[in-house]
Amino acid sequence: MTERTTDGSQEAAVLAPYRLHAHKPEVSARRARAFGSWYYAEHVLRSMTSYRWTLLASSVGTPVMYLFAMGVGLATLVDRNAGEAFGGVSYLAFIAPALLASATMMTAATEFTYPVMDGFKWRRVYYGPHASPLTPGQIVNGHVLAVTVRLTATTLVYFLIVALFGASPSATGIAAVPVAVLSGLAFGLPLLAYAASIEEDRGQFALVMRFLVTPLFLFSGTFFPLDTLPVFLRWIGWISPLWHGTELGRALTYGQDLPAWLAAVHVLYLLVLAVVGLRLARSVYTRRLGK
Amino acid sequence: MPTPPAGPPVISAHQLSKHYADFKAVDGISFEVPAGESFGLLGPNGAGKSTTMRMIGGVSQRTSGQLTIMGLDPQEHGPEVRAHLGVVPQQDNLDEELRVRDNLIVYGRYFGLPLSYLRPKADELLEFAQLTDKAGAKVDALSGGMKRRLTIARSLINEPKILLLDEPTTGLDPQARHILWDRLFRLKESGVTLILTTHYMDEAEQLCDRLVVVDKGRIMAEGSPAQLIREHSTREVLELRFGSERNTTVAAELQGIGERLEPLPDRVLIYAHDGEAALEQVIARGLRPLTSLVRRSSLEDVFLRLTGRSLVD
Repeated sequence: MTERTTDGSQEAAVLAPYRLHAHKPEVSARRARAFGSWYYAEHVLRSMTSYRWTLLASSVGTPVMYLFAMGVGLATLVDRNAGEAFGGVSYLAFIAPALLASATMMTAATEFTYPVMDGFKWRRVYYGPHASPLTPGQIVNGHVLAVTVRLTATTLVYFLIVALFGASPSATGIAAVPVAVLSGLAFGLPLLAYAASIEEDRGQFALVMRFLVTPLFLFSGTFFPLDTLPVFLRWIGWISPLWHGTELGRALTYGQDLPAWLAAVHVLYLLVLAVVGLRLARSVYTRRLGK
Repeated sequence: MPTPPAGPPVISAHQLSKHYADFKAVDGISFEVPAGESFGLLGPNGAGKSTTMRMIGGVSQRTSGQLTIMGLDPQEHGPEVRAHLGVVPQQDNLDEELRVRDNLIVYGRYFGLPLSYLRPKADELLEFAQLTDKAGAKVDALSGGMKRRLTIARSLINEPKILLLDEPTTGLDPQARHILWDRLFRLKESGVTLILTTHYMDEAEQLCDRLVVVDKGRIMAEGSPAQLIREHSTREVLELRFGSERNTTVAAELQGIGERLEPLPDRVLIYAHDGEAALEQVIARGLRPLTSLVRRSSLEDVFLRLTGRSLVD
């Protein structure tokens, strides 16, 4: 690589770096105050599009793989022997909403861990917008918005595939998409606050994947109803956003019985986790960036 | 010598302090910067330069004192203050997942600038930063000097009247530094106020109309580079090397030559109006240095005089 030195032809351009006219700083500040979160979300989404094919492949590939393995392979055995254990629906229909919610949990687990470390430490991506009119709170909001867009898109694709497999017989099935996104955020936002508080990467994220994500994936009533577990293990499901999301999803996709009060508890639990997580994350970001 | 342009201050700091639990990073510094001036903070690592820059940049809260940028307190009007600024941080924080040109566009969006402005503006700035042929490249593929120029281009996307540069050329090779200095000089010529920190005296001499020498969070001296040298050092310096064993012992025998003597581990500095004359005196005393060098005084000497230490450890 050779560094070019200035020659005459470039003179005009370099001597007038301010030929165009940006709007006044007051306008920048006003717009940033109003739309800053969206501006940062725009940035994150743009970064995501640089690996869009990987994202698309994984958001189509993963569900197809799971649906074939569990919903077709395993289901032939299960359906033959289960009787009424799965509420009278096919095993595929039983696990489809759970897979939908697990997918958002796993995506959230990726998006709210390593990129956060990248923002604060590895490539210090957050410090660019932090020097602009944006506030730390808007950086958090923007990141969360972008991930919400990604979760929604992925879940929508997942749902369409599930529907193609005939695993969402109810007309309300599509509402399982926002529910799954909410449960992903209920899991992801507290994790975001934790990730932002980590100063030194000592493999904490790998531990989160192994000892949090995996057990929640297995024991949240995903592959079998929670009440088939021994009582002393059921608490895992009760605290797991995945279980709450899955239970709501089952009511929506195939009409599993769900009293209104319990539905309200599920939604409320997910909302509280998400809101508390977001608030914590905002305060951690503000403290850490403003040091 | 460039004369500092007069005008109302765009930046004004009074008794500005930033204390952490265990130390005082910035300890009561005061200065004013008029519009269009190129103002430097010169000091060693850990002097409090970056902390001061972060407070001016409206991203770090002060412990006490007053600070205004364009008449605004950055603690109360953070977004408004930051909208006025262009910032080149000490460590590059470009988005390596985006291409070179997209880094500029994405950054401009933070200021609410429309794409119709940003697209041509990005091209113009790439031209300014001599990166036009890298527009579509990945940031990873750029050399250190190119990344630095891209960071500077990025800081100009909102056409700021004030540019904050925190050690803009640290870690670059001499050629890359000269290209960068040239770009910064052009900005200065077009009326942009430059605030820069550096621990390179040559950088300070090249770019600063006026500077403050900072050490341990305090201002040790203030003035133009030439003024500081005049006030705190002699016209010339004679550098003598007698070999690392003998430098300090021979110092006693050099007493009385020049105006001041500074024995360092690797050499002895004699501050004198006429370096050659001082060297003749040394020879006349029967001393035979291994090497001798007569040079003009620099900011390095000013710093050594003021703090007893050198700038780059």
